[in-house]
Amino acid sequence: MWSTVILAIVTITAIALVVGLLLAYAHRRLPANPDQLTNRVNALLPQTQCAQCGHPGCRPYAAAIVEQGAAINLCPPGGDETIGRLADLLGRDVLPLLSPGMTPGSVAIIEESLCIGCTHCRDACPVDAIVGAHQFMHTVIRQECTGCELCLPPCPVDCINMVTAA
Amino acid sequence: MSAPTYDLGKLHGGLRLPGEKTASTARGIVVAPIPQQLVLPITQHVGNPAQPIVGIGERVLKGQLIAGADGPLSAPVHASSSGKVVAIEPWPVSRRHGEKAPCIIIDCDGQDQAIEPADAPAPYTALHPNDLLQKILQGGIVGLGGAVFPTAQKLMQATTTPLTHLLLNGVECEPYISCDDMLMREQAAEMLGGAQILMHALGLEQCYVVAESDKPEALENIAHAMAELDDPRIVLKQVPTIYPSGGEDQLVQLVTNLEVPSGGLPTDVGCVVQNVGTAAAIQRWIVSGEPLISRITTISGDGVAMPLNIEARIGTPIADVIGLAGGYTERASQMIIGGPMTGKSVTTDRVPVVKATNCILVLSEIVPLDDEKPCIRCGECAVVCPIQLLPQQLFWYACADNEKQLRAHGLTDCIECGCCDLVCPSHIPMTSDFRLAKARMRELADEKARAERARVRFESRNERVEVEQKRREEELAAQKESALAAGPAAIQDILARTGKKERQPTDRDQD
Repeated sequence: MWSTVILAIVTITAIALVVGLLLAYAHRRLPANPDQLTNRVNALLPQTQCAQCGHPGCRPYAAAIVEQGAAINLCPPGGDETIGRLADLLGRDVLPLLSPGMTPGSVAIIEESLCIGCTHCRDACPVDAIVGAHQFMHTVIRQECTGCELCLPPCPVDCINMVTAA
Repeated sequence: MSAPTYDLGKLHGGLRLPGEKTASTARGIVVAPIPQQLVLPITQHVGNPAQPIVGIGERVLKGQLIAGADGPLSAPVHASSSGKVVAIEPWPVSRRHGEKAPCIIIDCDGQDQAIEPADAPAPYTALHPNDLLQKILQGGIVGLGGAVFPTAQKLMQATTTPLTHLLLNGVECEPYISCDDMLMREQAAEMLGGAQILMHALGLEQCYVVAESDKPEALENIAHAMAELDDPRIVLKQVPTIYPSGGEDQLVQLVTNLEVPSGGLPTDVGCVVQNVGTAAAIQRWIVSGEPLISRITTISGDGVAMPLNIEARIGTPIADVIGLAGGYTERASQMIIGGPMTGKSVTTDRVPVVKATNCILVLSEIVPLDDEKPCIRCGECAVVCPIQLLPQQLFWYACADNEKQLRAHGLTDCIECGCCDLVCPSHIPMTSDFRLAKARMRELADEKARAERARVRFESRNERVEVEQKRREEELAAQKESALAAGPAAIQDILARTGKKERQPTDRDQD
């Protein structure tokens, strides 16, 4: 009777020990999948693709946070809310937003009578939300515009304005 | 089969509220005169606003289509009387969001000339159910219980699932409102006709007409009309008077003892619920060809001299019909469109009667309740919640803006009936907090969807740019290679043959 009990205890302890060692080894040796973490960080970013963080888009910024330890307070459109969520996920301290930038919830609109059809804004748009061909009027697809303001500087005639999204 | 039957399911919680209905049911329905001016909002329904198809200055006839449905989740608007369109502009209306909505304003000429129907009314039994649904869509008919969901859309969604019962909802559980009661008293035959049309459209063989026990006259009249109609498919059901048993899901539970699943619809348990007024409107449209251009509305409260029910043209300004109720009393101080529990207060009586207006409530100054106090966790709210939610718990999460927990605790299933507010000893306005939290949740979900779309577009653009870049590099490399292969001698040879010197750059090249 006692031998059975002892046998059970010994067996289970042995299994626990082996599995524990295995897990500890795996944790030390196998690298965490940075892609997965980058994806999770990317999912928290607002996907405005405005590049105001100094990286060419949200996904590159996410990669920089994960792989190069970039600061988490560089995203103006995300604001404090995004910083809070990033801090939660990554176990870092909440920092104040470094520089306030664009107003969230605005979209670009092209003053079509002034547009000369240079395609510069079209090429600058990170989400392909501007349509138009060379020497033809361009227009913004309102539903797809993220309000990143990247189309403003390339415009040679300043015919793009930011308006509050309806 | 005409006596009411009682085999009922059980409803959790709910409240027995004072009815306050006898004042407005003492008289019959009064038909309101045609007003001088009609104000017809293009958003009288859930979904996309209707698109106006008339111009300013155009003469329109009664029943003429003036704004067409935009997409499947929308409903058309018809002129309620004949006259001239004078403006299409924002006008104060009663709605959840915002104070004003675009309205088509018609100066009536008083002739009330009706438009000739495009096709002679055919008996509905000759129509295929799908054609019948299409026809219902064109009638501008929406749920008249207050939710104003486009009826045709609701029916079309319903036909995609196996169905067993049609429920005609005559349960008017909110205090003061009595328009459905009066409709069942005076237009029971029309309502039953509508039920038959609906059964034909949905291919159903069983219909329950449900009314509360506090409406004996209505029950008697329906029973009478049913005896005349002699349709064994229609059964009258009587339910106890408990607020909010008139909610769709609650009604299904009461009558069939089947619980509508969380986040689901009555169709998930094989039921289609339609308001009795909607059924009558369908009968009028399909049989007589008159679209939804009028409705029965209760005018009640201690702020009017003579509470009653009126049948008003859609678009009649409320100021014009208050006179029928004897005008305002001295005590009148606030106006609510809808019932006291779920209605919305308005600040002007210029707002029109719309398809959703089931009640115009004019009340005297309400004695302000005590200030909001902290929750004492008494649990009364959970006892009365008809959805069996935990309002006190939800309240904490709503205050903390904890979206995950709000979802987990089923906030999306809250029907905003207001029972928890009423029983709360600390006078916490939970329902309004829930409304805000729901709006916030919707906003977050929208934002998430938008971000996701932007992410996908950004990634596919990057992919495209990369592919283009690669192709360009390859092309360049190929050109270089072929030039190198040909050697400098080949270029000299070409120049010699054409007899030209090496070309100088021109203006065109700088372009």
